[in-house]
Amino acid sequence: MASTDTSPQAESQDLAGLEAGLDALDSVRVERTPFTQVLLHKVLPPAVAVVLVLAVWKVLVLAHVTDDYKLPDPSAVWHSLHELWLRGTLLDIVWTSVSRGLLGFLAALVLGTPLGLLVARVRFVRAALGPILSGLQSLPSVAWVPAAVIWLGITDSAMYAVILLGAVPSIANGLVSGIDQVPPLYLRAGRTLGATGARGAWHILLPAALPGYIAGLKQGWAFSWRSLMAAELIASSPDLGLGLGQYLENARTDSDMPGVLLGILLILFVGIAIDLIVFSPLERRVLRSRGLAAAAR
Amino acid sequence: MAPALTTDPSGTAVVDDDIPAAVRIDHVHKSFGRAGAAQPVLDDITLDVRPGEFVCLLGASGCGKSTLLNLVAGLDRPTAGTIEVPGGRPALMFQEHALFPWLTAGRNIELALRLRGVARAERRPEAERLLELVRLDGAYGKRVHELSGGMRQRVALARALAQDSRLLLMDEPFAALDAITRDVLHHELTRIWSETQLSVLFVTHNVREAVRLAQRVVLLSSRPGRVAREWTVGIPQPRRIEDAAVADLSVEITEELRGEIRRHGKH
Ligand SMILES: Nc1ncnc2c1ncn2[C@@H]1O[C@H](COP(=O)(O)OP(=O)(O)OP(=O)(O)O)[C@@H](O)[C@H]1O
Ligand SMILES: [Mg+2]
Repeated sequence: MASTDTSPQAESQDLAGLEAGLDALDSVRVERTPFTQVLLHKVLPPAVAVVLVLAVWKVLVLAHVTDDYKLPDPSAVWHSLHELWLRGTLLDIVWTSVSRGLLGFLAALVLGTPLGLLVARVRFVRAALGPILSGLQSLPSVAWVPAAVIWLGITDSAMYAVILLGAVPSIANGLVSGIDQVPPLYLRAGRTLGATGARGAWHILLPAALPGYIAGLKQGWAFSWRSLMAAELIASSPDLGLGLGQYLENARTDSDMPGVLLGILLILFVGIAIDLIVFSPLERRVLRSRGLAAAAR
Repeated sequence: MAPALTTDPSGTAVVDDDIPAAVRIDHVHKSFGRAGAAQPVLDDITLDVRPGEFVCLLGASGCGKSTLLNLVAGLDRPTAGTIEVPGGRPALMFQEHALFPWLTAGRNIELALRLRGVARAERRPEAERLLELVRLDGAYGKRVHELSGGMRQRVALARALAQDSRLLLMDEPFAALDAITRDVLHHELTRIWSETQLSVLFVTHNVREAVRLAQRVVLLSSRPGRVAREWTVGIPQPRRIEDAAVADLSVEITEELRGEIRRHGKH
């Protein structure tokens, strides 16, 4: 090709320099938040909230708003906890429930994921099951406990059945809405690259739907935990291992209010801890790696 | 030098079946909507791109340029007529970068390589080579949101090149960029095109961009889209967008484009 009045070499170099400048100007720098900032913004506010709640509680006790057996002193609850710990049963009780909850959750994951995929991708299945799944999600899973007990007796299977009925709809629905929200552009881009059928689902659809799916998992865990506690409370029997729900129920029959409060607090604590240890970091990682705004907090 | 050769003022291109083509669009019609109230978008488009040729498709907004590219890419089917792409599935670069945000820049390219069947061990070096080709050597591990608009388009170009197809379709890939970045990318694209002997079908509504890049400019009319006119651009590469010859031909084509748009205001 013939050259114009500027030499192509010089022009090329000129443009390369320009390019480097533009890239440097435009690049985003990602910084890690320093440790003291984390302490100040993430740890301090909830700590303050907990201290406030304890303070209000203590004030109410000191003011004698009600009888001691209805509202025990915070130290009585602490004492119950200490006693459980000394008897060596605290970790057993927590672990019985947590292992049931996690196992049930995993089973719900294994069932809910293909179900969600089917509902999202097969029109007939969506028309048939979509409304039922959404409906089930708003049905409190406590409602299943009597049925599960009649079908399966007061057994571990009944517990797992209740967990599944509570968590599978959440997980499946999360995946469905995750898939529904995948921008069509990604699917088209995938198709031009040759990702069709199963390869399209694996390489494009599922990773694109991941944020919605994880939100579904998070909710699925919450439902698993809730359902399990309801089942343990209602269907408690000495034949089953002692879990948090049974501990709570036993404390109620003994009119042991510090024990009841301790049971409630432990259930709350486990729910929050699993969310903080497993799901929140997972969600944050996925969102942050995609540069989604929710991760900036 | 002769700035341009005007060919075929009637707008009906002659298709010669004996000459090999990178894509052969033959009497293609496309309408959207149900049979009764179908909206014709493309009407009897006949257009060939020869192997190694750079063709710009020019037309007003909404005239069906993206629709035509989608048809060529196989993302949609023509209502009538045929489209032949002898070299196999073409690569398509969208107006939005369409990079997958869950993958790094390098992994986006590797996914294209993987789907093409490149062996695992060869993917990484090939991805690095393609990033070098678009002058983004250090960007392999960067997330999509960490890249600037111009860098994203270059990664998208590298990913399209990773498909190793003989035909590259580009849908206004630089429309959202500032003038200087666009200038740089025009330069890169012409360089890559002359190095790789690709055939390119490039859609734009920027007349100067079309004249800066193309060997042939095809003007589409609007509603329904038809081939209104073609120009062969004889200005030798490398061109610059501010060259007088580019400007002169742009004025001529713009005048024609205005006429096309004005025609619609009359009824
Ligand atoms: N899926 C669809 N269903 C119905 N109408 C459509 C569809 N896709 C495109 N159209 C119509 O076809 C016409 C051409 O659209 P197209 O996107 O091809 O235009 P374009 O030339 O690419 O415009 P622009 O330059 O603004 O990108 C428009 O009037 C649009 O409304
Ligand atoms: Mg378009």
